[in-house]
Amino acid sequence: MIGPNMTPLGIWLTILGMALVTFGTRASALLLIGEGELPLNVRRALRYVPPAVLTAIIFPALLAPDGPLDISLGNARLLAGIAAGLIAWRARSTLLAIGAGMLLLWGLRWLLGS
Amino acid sequence: MSQPTPSPIQAPGSAFWAGVRAQLPILLGTSPFGMIYGVLAVGAQLPFAAAQGMSALVFAGSAQFIATGLFGGGTPGPLIVLITFVVNLRHALYSASLAPHLRGLSARWRAVLAFLLTDEAYAVVITHAASAPPQDAGQTRRLGWYTLGAGLTLFVSWQISTALGALLGAAVPASWELDFTLALTFIALVIPALTDRPALASALVAGVTAVLARGLEFRLGLLVAAAAGIAAGLLAERVWPLAPVAEEGR
Repeated sequence: MIGPNMTPLGIWLTILGMALVTFGTRASALLLIGEGELPLNVRRALRYVPPAVLTAIIFPALLAPDGPLDISLGNARLLAGIAAGLIAWRARSTLLAIGAGMLLLWGLRWLLGS
Repeated sequence: MSQPTPSPIQAPGSAFWAGVRAQLPILLGTSPFGMIYGVLAVGAQLPFAAAQGMSALVFAGSAQFIATGLFGGGTPGPLIVLITFVVNLRHALYSASLAPHLRGLSARWRAVLAFLLTDEAYAVVITHAASAPPQDAGQTRRLGWYTLGAGLTLFVSWQISTALGALLGAAVPASWELDFTLALTFIALVIPALTDRPALASALVAGVTAVLARGLEFRLGLLVAAAAGIAAGLLAERVWPLAPVAEEGR
């Protein structure tokens, strides 16, 4: 760490630039094509954004929590995550799934002694 | 998610508070992240005002984490901006996904909601919107209030947690592993979206691709995985055509 290699003005201009490009990505479709109807093909594709994006975040967090792939009974996050998925499926409750998943994670850590 | 379906008598205020309530469990996972960001930003020798200003103006967790490392390493400003753009490209997908549901709102409304469109707010709002797509102007406005409630809740807590991190240092021990509540929340949110075989195929392909592509820089693996998952879902529709009813609600 050598610290920011720029003046305070430079730091603020960089942060403003970051803010503008971030807002640009978030506003893109909402502001530009928000007025009209999206083409049918695009709407068909968008149906898969939630399952695809959410699973793309979940799988690495469960299967490779520390970087390398870890499919074993020693992977507490994988076991707790699968259990939370089953609970969310049967009980349809976010809070119950989170609570049970965390309790199970802590329990497994204690059992596995890690 | 056990959320009440928006009914015609639901007022804007109650839609707002429903959004706040839906976002609350997620704060358990994002608040430790916010604190760690605050610690890192000050550690990278960013002035407190700049560390906090980044949270208020950029409001994008993973981009802020990466930026603190780049600031600390003496990276030129324009390069930091470019990398932020790449890291946040996935938000364009979220924007396109929500646009059909929020089309009826004024440009000013949509601009405010776009500013608040984080991963976590998107996950909560799209789950709600997909379960009960707005059918008229009143329901669209209520979805707007719901989105505002969810987005503002995360915004306010993000400001508080990053300020606490910058002021106090890491207050929550890492051994509690509270970051795992984020993965658990996403699990609980994705299950109701797996309504048919194409959706399931989309999720599985995206998940496996994300694991294979996890080494890519700047969270590009997430974009690659999302693209693969969307393609898989569309291909799977040819094998298992969607019922016309399921097509109707999009």
